[in-house]
Amino acid sequence: MADEIKMKIEEEQEGTQVYSVPFPKDLSQLKDMAPIVIKFPWQVDYIHSYGQDSPWFAGVSNKKLLATKCMDEKCGYVCATPRLACPVCGKEMDWIELPQQAKVHTFTVCHFGSETFLPECPFVLALIEWEEADTLFLTRLLGVDPLKPTLDWIGMKVQAKFLRLSKFKPTDVYFVPAE
Amino acid sequence: MRPVYAVAGGVSKFAKARPDATYQALVKESFDYAVNDLGIEYKKFIEMCDGSVSSYFSDHFARQLMGGIMATDYLGLCPKPSLRVESGGATGGMCIQEGWKSIASGQMDICPCYGFETMSHVNTWKGNEFIALASDVSWDFPVGGFYSGYYAMMVVRHMKEFGTTVEQLAHISVKNHYNAYHNPYSQKQLKLTIEDVRNAPMVAYPLTRLDICVMSDGAATIMLASEDGVAKLEKESGKRIPKVKLTGIGSGTDMMRMSDRPHGDVILLPNESPEDYKDLKYPGVHSFRAGRTASKMAYEMAGITDPLGQIDFVELHDAYTSSEMQTYEDMGLCKYGEGGDFAASGKAFMPNIDYGLKLKDKSVCPVNPSGGLIACGHPVGASGIMQGVFALWQLQGTIPKHFNDKTLFLPDAKVGAIHSHAGTGTYVTVTIMEKEA
Repeated sequence: MADEIKMKIEEEQEGTQVYSVPFPKDLSQLKDMAPIVIKFPWQVDYIHSYGQDSPWFAGVSNKKLLATKCMDEKCGYVCATPRLACPVCGKEMDWIELPQQAKVHTFTVCHFGSETFLPECPFVLALIEWEEADTLFLTRLLGVDPLKPTLDWIGMKVQAKFLRLSKFKPTDVYFVPAE
Repeated sequence: MRPVYAVAGGVSKFAKARPDATYQALVKESFDYAVNDLGIEYKKFIEMCDGSVSSYFSDHFARQLMGGIMATDYLGLCPKPSLRVESGGATGGMCIQEGWKSIASGQMDICPCYGFETMSHVNTWKGNEFIALASDVSWDFPVGGFYSGYYAMMVVRHMKEFGTTVEQLAHISVKNHYNAYHNPYSQKQLKLTIEDVRNAPMVAYPLTRLDICVMSDGAATIMLASEDGVAKLEKESGKRIPKVKLTGIGSGTDMMRMSDRPHGDVILLPNESPEDYKDLKYPGVHSFRAGRTASKMAYEMAGITDPLGQIDFVELHDAYTSSEMQTYEDMGLCKYGEGGDFAASGKAFMPNIDYGLKLKDKSVCPVNPSGGLIACGHPVGASGIMQGVFALWQLQGTIPKHFNDKTLFLPDAKVGAIHSHAGTGTYVTVTIMEKEA
């Protein structure tokens, strides 16, 4: 016998084309009418520019992990997720290269998600920290068992890996436990 | 600035889907309720309004830009001034604060604030995607955009930093679902155990389906007025309005990308000292700096120096059990790091409900007596206003009338706080409401 006997058919949004509905003779009955619900696709091609952040994507496609550093020597704030304006002092920031080994700051395992990522569940999301940087970087963590998460993953040394065929997405880099 | 009063409120029935009504009609449902409660004829009340504020979160869910004006015109409030407020999950709380500003500044005497969301128009997974568009679309969304995942990462760090446990979080789910049992407006009324919460399907480790609020269709309205406005309303209705004053408003912000959040010093409340947090890097990803900033600002305005001692109940933004626990700390109901213990202590539970749990402390300051977002549902643009309405009814002493059940009524409550919160703590509002003798 199955572990759990199904009591409910999950709702889905497939429907039937209907071109006509019943209509009462007496108009006072109209307020009791069931709502008419229609479905239609909604899709666009969207042109998105990474603007001033673009060099980072060129970096990962060449197996380099870039960050930005405040040009003000007294500040020197380092952003592991690049920004070109310093979040501390507002001065312009320069591109620098980050080491490809870092540590897990925190993580989760996503068993559900947005439609786009559902086929990839369960997957591990992690924020990564560097001694050389003041801020973190959001990434996918592979090489750990998503069904056995433990707080011990925090602090784990990890190594960057890069897609050979770049998609020019932040997921062109991901991390695995360092050997 | 002039004193601002909340005089009436209404909430549409929150449900997974309300195909029987468009959002304009949902708003009207909540608005009508408030007008009826004032005891004033609709057309006369509209004439008395000086303007209004509308709010909804997502143009995507609505598939309509400028939905605000369409709610406003459906209510018959044209050509009076109005604006639409949007600040993510904090949209409802911000809407109330914009109304507050219109009254406090002297621009208006009577100002309705209403909000809505219709989230049933796409499936849950597409809905998660729409919500995740409220994270950086260059850096966060493409990596696995999922808000439950973001909050899960925050609480995982909280667990590592402070030893918070999933069982402590589950206490919040049990509390809020039990409370909702007595709130006819709530979407989910469940009597749960800690085990039920933990055994529910995992959504984003360590948060299960019962740690997370659901998507809803719904609307809410709260009517604000100046002293002159209250007098006009009382003259028109011939009824005395129980006086509930908005004595403090505060709001704060934080950086959208959690990765960008600083690791610095704690922003202290009057009942804290730097020694409390010698080794703590703040806010990091474990705490909400915006929530602390909003609380501090609202408390200063309302003269609150001992939040747990002075606030009698809180309706706060519990989209996740974890964010309720973190918000206890931001609002100073306990110190940073103590949120887990506080959650399981009993201090935030209702005094007269048997939750089937062994709680070490008595009720001190019930949090989410209504059942919160977890049990009431979270139609984003309406949620913060719903909290305002439930808090107003507590302070007016009208919960038994509106809920047709007195279990959730706190007869001795004089000071309430409402708290509205957007994506991982980017915008947070705190508003203090007080019963005037």
